[in-house]
Amino acid sequence: MKSKAWLKPYVYGALAGLLLVLSVAIAGQFFGTSTSYPRMATWLIDLIGIDLGYLAFYQVRDGALTGAAFPNWQLLFVVGIGLGAFLSSMATKTFKAERLPPMWVDRFGDRLGLRVVHSIFGGILVMVGARMAGGCPSGHGVSGVSQLGVSSLLALTMFFVGGIITARILYGRRSS
Amino acid sequence: MTLFYGLITGIIFGALLQQAQVLRFEKQVGAMRLIDMTIVKFMLSTIIVGSVGIYLLSDLGVVSFDPRPLSLGLQVIGGLLFGIGWALIGYCPGTSLGALGEGRYHVIWPISGMLIGGLVFAFLYPLTQEYIRPIGNFGSISLPDLLGVSHWLVIVALAVGAFFLFRFFEKNNL
Repeated sequence: MKSKAWLKPYVYGALAGLLLVLSVAIAGQFFGTSTSYPRMATWLIDLIGIDLGYLAFYQVRDGALTGAAFPNWQLLFVVGIGLGAFLSSMATKTFKAERLPPMWVDRFGDRLGLRVVHSIFGGILVMVGARMAGGCPSGHGVSGVSQLGVSSLLALTMFFVGGIITARILYGRRSS
Repeated sequence: MTLFYGLITGIIFGALLQQAQVLRFEKQVGAMRLIDMTIVKFMLSTIIVGSVGIYLLSDLGVVSFDPRPLSLGLQVIGGLLFGIGWALIGYCPGTSLGALGEGRYHVIWPISGMLIGGLVFAFLYPLTQEYIRPIGNFGSISLPDLLGVSHWLVIVALAVGAFFLFRFFEKNNL
């Protein structure tokens, strides 16, 4: 089993492809996750009593991009990913509580504050970028490229171009 | 029923991502540093099987779909912003929830950032639609349409390309 470890990403990736096909065939749903973030954010804002209903964003397809769409297929899909990862990591004893990512600590040291700043700033870029491009690595990358969409191929390429350049700046030339 | 399918699909997808180890910060940033191609192997394998299945269903008339609309402005600018942020946080929107599931509690910071980003986008939305969307706007177009060839030819080319890429990765221990 150990010697076959290199096969894992291919085998589980192919199974994920099969799962996507079944999801499209049975439920009529392609994978996607990123829209759930603006939906959750606007839902929380509504919850604390701030009314942003005047924004054009709230009017798109009767609020389809906001918390008004909850609960929907995608929300349950996103929750399921967390649950599935939890069950799978428990079953194989790979669940590991971590305070900071080891690779990040190697590069930036054990500084939680800096990690929080990177995460908030980066997270904003990720979500503004994903929603602007119309999808993330699941919506565009997996679902969109499987449909051979030109928009998705372009978006996925740009994800990696932006990521590779930024990683080079943050981590320097590959050495390890 | 739709909700139930969503949950079940998510649980299986989350388990597959976890088993393939693609939920880890090290794997995601590793790919962007060009030192570990695990997530690329996973994604391309998913895409090849997915495209064969989806186009088979489409040829059989079981499903119909249109690729997402193409706007050079939205996909180039949005895609680059995403990529920059992706390297900073080391997770994408879907994998971050999975990472939380396998105990990487520090992922709450990227998740918080993405929630704030979701709200920021709600304000930026009209600007992106008005000024960026019209740049190179071509509507829904697939690669086979663009090239004027059968979708099966494109899928075979994709699979062959991926095969050589995978062989390169394995030879170079990436």
